[in-house]
Amino acid sequence: MTLGARLGLIAALCVAGALILPLIAVVWRAETLSGFKPSDAGVLWFTLWQAVVSAGLSVLLAIPVARALARRQFAGRGAVILILGAPFILPVIVAVLGLIAVFGRSGVVNVALAAVGIDPVTLYGPQGVILAHVFFNMPLATRLILQGWLAIPGERLRLAATLGFAPPDTFRRLEWPMLRSVVPGIFLVIFLICTTSFAVALALGGGPRATTVELAIYQAFRFDFDLSRAAILGGLQLILGVGAAILSLRLTLPSGLGAGLDRAVPRWDSASPLLRAQDAVVIALACGFLLLPIVLVLGEGVWHLTALPSSVWLAAVRSLAIALAAAILTLTLALPMALAVVTTTRGGWIEVAGTLSIAASPLVLGTGLYILLLPLTNPVKLALPVTLFVNVVLALPFALRALIPAMRDLDRDFGRLSTSLGMRGLDWVRLVAIPRLRRPAGFAAGLTAALAAGDLGVIALFASPDQATLPLVLYQLMGSYRLDEAKAAALLLVVLSLGLFWLFERGTRHAEA
Amino acid sequence: MLKLEAVTLSQGSFTLRADIGFENRGVTALMGASGSGKSTLLSAVAGFLRPSAGRITIAGQDVTDLPPGARPLSILFQDQNLFPHLTLAQNTGLGLRPDLRLTDDQRRTRDEMLERVGLAGMGDRLPRDLSGGQQSRAALARALVRGRPWLLLDEAFSALGPALRNEMLDLLRDTAMDQGLSVLMVTHDPADARRIADSTAIVTDGEVTAPLPTQALFDAPTAALRRYLGD
Repeated sequence: MTLGARLGLIAALCVAGALILPLIAVVWRAETLSGFKPSDAGVLWFTLWQAVVSAGLSVLLAIPVARALARRQFAGRGAVILILGAPFILPVIVAVLGLIAVFGRSGVVNVALAAVGIDPVTLYGPQGVILAHVFFNMPLATRLILQGWLAIPGERLRLAATLGFAPPDTFRRLEWPMLRSVVPGIFLVIFLICTTSFAVALALGGGPRATTVELAIYQAFRFDFDLSRAAILGGLQLILGVGAAILSLRLTLPSGLGAGLDRAVPRWDSASPLLRAQDAVVIALACGFLLLPIVLVLGEGVWHLTALPSSVWLAAVRSLAIALAAAILTLTLALPMALAVVTTTRGGWIEVAGTLSIAASPLVLGTGLYILLLPLTNPVKLALPVTLFVNVVLALPFALRALIPAMRDLDRDFGRLSTSLGMRGLDWVRLVAIPRLRRPAGFAAGLTAALAAGDLGVIALFASPDQATLPLVLYQLMGSYRLDEAKAAALLLVVLSLGLFWLFERGTRHAEA
Repeated sequence: MLKLEAVTLSQGSFTLRADIGFENRGVTALMGASGSGKSTLLSAVAGFLRPSAGRITIAGQDVTDLPPGARPLSILFQDQNLFPHLTLAQNTGLGLRPDLRLTDDQRRTRDEMLERVGLAGMGDRLPRDLSGGQQSRAALARALVRGRPWLLLDEAFSALGPALRNEMLDLLRDTAMDQGLSVLMVTHDPADARRIADSTAIVTDGEVTAPLPTQALFDAPTAALRRYLGD
């Protein structure tokens, strides 16, 4: 085994240990179910049904959008694909603020409804939680389903054309089988994401009707100071996560984040003006739904940027530091792990160790770390390191997913050449690995930095005011109805997280053969 | 002398046995149908595949346990012989120092070799800016500057057209002779063997026949060669 692969093995063991210890702590602290309250059943029920509805709606709405994008080539199509990718790295709390600007009490929709004499709708409650989940996951579903659509071989569509297939025939013979194979996996992924929803539920949910397990952990922790109840809820969330993870092993999961969406498949059956108009409307609606909330927030935020108190800027600096540290740490772990996955015989286990965190939610990890740290020190003092740690662990699966295929290519194409020339250790890293892996590594670093900068999860559990990160400050501004400042802070946060992603991703893009 | 002493190679259900020696100097061709195991044999010599039995020696030294980079040989593959993100000069320089920290002398050696293979002044280019033939030349230049006594070729020029391929084979023979290298090349094409190989061994039915002088072999084909040629 090479030194790099050995380092990867050590990294994998560390990650697995760092994941499993807090989870054991949670289970150990939760020992009895005596703390289980009847209201917790309601919490579990809401977590499950809102996730089913959110995932179902996201997929249903995504199908027409994906179909329109699959069969139309138009100016600006690349921009639409980009917009569909943005919510993945958009800070949750910013999107929530945007949805409030559109659907909130004094939002655009209610103003319009009042003008025609209809009672205002409220965003708070299950409907708001589901709406926000659809906002985040419909674009993800669209991109994943679009991949499926583009994977239908062009030859088959050509054959369909020679046989004179009308759109319903194409749907039945080609598109429906494709959907049937990809949609269940996509549904499950989104269901999983929605069951661990915290920030959305924190901002738009709450109360007996709209509390997720994650939110209940937070409340038990922050409001009731009841650690054992938090641990019981944590155990519950863990069962949910592990159950979903086991379920997902039985399905082929979509390989998200895919490239190659920049082309449409030539089609001969859908040139009718009616279908063209239908596709145009679908795409325009999807873009409007995604853009309007963000444009409203950021557009207004610009005017209040200079009025931001220094505490917000300080929080931004903290977020920036966490984001950069998370990116560096994640790569430091992921690169040797990817090498070990590819070059050692039992590499599969290392990959499993790196993706374990999918089953563990941020707040469960946070609770576990709190329990572990409590006998040693005041955990609140470590709010920022803990946030950093949780972000690294949660970003690791994405980083590995980006790096492992690239590492595999590198090993397959140039492994023998490098060995035959005796290139080893740092020479290999400098002359082969860095130049060949800079793109996926840049992508992984950018993604990690963006997610860490925008993360509102475990920090809410731990932080005292002097340690707040930018997303937490933004949430607090919203809570005290200082919406102008909140919008300016949102602008700052978007610039920070999307900017970091852009810098890492673009900065490593050029120079490829 | 490069010797395979009672070597057994296994890959899945495939086994190849070889008990054979290749003479220093000159070019030896390893000929056989696809799937006969000739490339497997070469990867064992190069150090990518461990024999399940037997040992491999080069000039009396047991190399069976040496890593590929430490063996007294260079190898050219069918493709991916150059790193696409490094220039020709860098790709060639790797043969002198795997960390590319070259001395002035080494730079001179590198440039002379590039000139020798007909790539003078092209050191700054990336592989993608070169033709297939030029890429092969660069890979050959690197193998030559490494100065290892043995040069292995695994169908190295088979992706080139006939004219270019002959040109490369001639260049290979001439440069190898200049540098006193011994060449072991895998090919499926009898024409390649007849063009430059001093002796030829046939890989067939899980065995390797002893190398015979190419001319004599083709004048009076053995049973193994007749089976391979199909007449």
